[in-house]
Amino acid sequence: MSNELTAKQRMEIQRVSMPEQHAEARAGNFFEVNQGLPEAIAVEEAKRCLECKNRPCVSGCPVSVRIPEFIAKVAAGDFAGAAGILRVDNALPATTGRVCPQEVQCEEVCVRGKKGKPVAIGWLERFVADWAAKNMAPPAPPAKQSGYKVCVVGSGPGGLTAAGELARMGHDVTIFEALHDTGGVLRYGIPEFRLPKAIVDREVENLKSLGVKIECNVVVGKTLTVGQIMKEFHACFIANGAGLPVFLNVPGENLKGVYSANEYLTRVNLMGAYKADASTPVAKGTTSVIFGGGNVAMDSVRTARRMGSSRAVIAYRRSKAELPARAEEVKHAEEEGIEFMFLVAPLEILGDAKGWVRAVRLQKMELGEPDASGRRRPVPIPGSEFELPAELLIVAIGTSANPLLTNTCPGLKLNKWGNIEIDDNGMTSLPGVFAGGDIVRGGATVILAMGDGKKAAASIDKYLKEKRD
Amino acid sequence: MFKVLENEQLAPQVYRMVIEAPRVAKARQAGQFVIVRGETGAERIPLTIADADPKAGTITLIIQAVGAGTQKIVAVGPGGSIRDVAGPLGQATHIQKWGRVACVGGGVGTAVLYPLAKALADAGNEVTTIIGGRSKPFVILHDELAAFCKQVLVTTEDGSMGVKGFVTAELGRLMADEATKPAVIFAVGPVPMMAAIAQQTKPAGIPTIVSLNPIMVDGTGMCGGCRVTVGGKIKFACVDGPEFDGHQVDFKELSTRQNAYKEDFCRLEKQLP
Repeated sequence: MSNELTAKQRMEIQRVSMPEQHAEARAGNFFEVNQGLPEAIAVEEAKRCLECKNRPCVSGCPVSVRIPEFIAKVAAGDFAGAAGILRVDNALPATTGRVCPQEVQCEEVCVRGKKGKPVAIGWLERFVADWAAKNMAPPAPPAKQSGYKVCVVGSGPGGLTAAGELARMGHDVTIFEALHDTGGVLRYGIPEFRLPKAIVDREVENLKSLGVKIECNVVVGKTLTVGQIMKEFHACFIANGAGLPVFLNVPGENLKGVYSANEYLTRVNLMGAYKADASTPVAKGTTSVIFGGGNVAMDSVRTARRMGSSRAVIAYRRSKAELPARAEEVKHAEEEGIEFMFLVAPLEILGDAKGWVRAVRLQKMELGEPDASGRRRPVPIPGSEFELPAELLIVAIGTSANPLLTNTCPGLKLNKWGNIEIDDNGMTSLPGVFAGGDIVRGGATVILAMGDGKKAAASIDKYLKEKRD
Repeated sequence: MFKVLENEQLAPQVYRMVIEAPRVAKARQAGQFVIVRGETGAERIPLTIADADPKAGTITLIIQAVGAGTQKIVAVGPGGSIRDVAGPLGQATHIQKWGRVACVGGGVGTAVLYPLAKALADAGNEVTTIIGGRSKPFVILHDELAAFCKQVLVTTEDGSMGVKGFVTAELGRLMADEATKPAVIFAVGPVPMMAAIAQQTKPAGIPTIVSLNPIMVDGTGMCGGCRVTVGGKIKFACVDGPEFDGHQVDFKELSTRQNAYKEDFCRLEKQLP
């Protein structure tokens, strides 16, 4: 048992490191960067957990995974026991173990982090999920079915989580997915080198073995309306995801070679443009410039690098301190030779005679007073304009709400940005219709969408039970 | 999987396919399209729904097989199946009773035009259709259109059918005579044709609706690849269109963007059979 160790002994163990593909090699391939912890190393890392009483890590987790419990099982070498805990608490542990920003969630508040480095919770979660995939049978549907039918709109992280939770509660769950394949942003957005698609397939298969039904090519709002869905189902969870890409609104934006991050990543990831035999094309450039500083910008720039850009640049209008991306993504990007250009904003995109991008004109910025977001506002420096030659530009500055579903859903209350309004239980203005993820938040993270899915599932279960009583 | 029920060749490289897609058939309105993916790994291709039978649960697509993706789709015979059909997407055509309407179709654009013309005729409009093609074999849907149009005029570049020349000449003739002058014009075809018609009708002040088919990926507004400039503003053809006011469309930009992968990827097309 792990309690053979004293706290002092645990404190003496140093945080392990994640084996990674060498930076130079990986900048030219799409294989996963992080290679995963070997068993012995995982056990050693797990022994660093003090199993403290306050369990701040659990409160720091949007889906409240019982972190000390599963880590104690790992420390004891009981990987199946650890996987059992994760299965109950988290529908997509192999995903969150890879893409969660642990450093601002569970690991940020880890007691070990006060003096030295926090326990590598994310890496351990990934270890357990990967171990379970190799060694355990997929989960089985619950013995008792509730008789209620619940529809989930969208098979991204929010939808998959809600579906998994609801299926384990005994509800009959059907997911409608607009694209031809499952996973939402996990498949079209997050690149293979960060989240291999085989992992997404596996997570989806686990849900199917729980009894979740998935129908692709159903665009809710077009193929079916929410009103029609509510005639066939007892409740519905809308998690249709990120919306319309926001563009820069500068001249030249419609030149060839200028993509939204959504389009660029969809072409490469979902449509497989990185494979030699792909049928979907994507533009390439010796120099690529990506506008933005979030995770999507990092995914785009690292993808462009792998697609052959010898110079791949992040152009961000604030400074390094304000980068919203996960620390690990920034570190990996730097190692892969990504160039960071801080405090610059695009003024104009310049094209050649055939309508292809040839350069972008940028202006230098300095940081002024804090804005509404609390971050210091970038202010242009007059006379600082300069040209940066580039053949590929990717705009990764966010998305706005997609009205596709909401337009055909009368009575659904929206906020001024077009995002769906929900109450404390995750329910919309329409009874029985719940919502979560980016369509509510207007752009966030995988784990926050998953948190919404988990919370909504609990509310839906309660709603259905109250309806019956 | 979506079962193919019928597949017949209408013209060189042009096929009419009837596909089982009950959800799409039920929801579809004139002017909308589907995204079709023939098989795993294939491209997502936007195709206008030519017709739908909600009772039978089928949709009809008229497909010009010019690229690798469309060639694979039209190669699927009756009894075979198509991997993905998603839709109906885009805005439905705004149909009202204008009175006299001219519908102009160029090449396979006639297939897109057909459901519009039918919906317009059903709404009580007097529809004159002008179809243009390279030569007689490329003129499609003539008899189908003649069934409900007041008249169907044909132009071919070589004069092998109808009047020799372009659709614009016939349209000009209709516009010149008060007795045939249309109240509104719908034009669907290659970008240069739609641009020429918009230019022709603008001075006369005749509202001209064009149906655009820019390069598209998801078809749901997510990627912005199909963005077009209309009246100085960025619009997404997949969710805001595909139909727009022809007098407001930046055709030059559209035409440049349409060529993106042709220039870069002609290498790929050369590999085709």
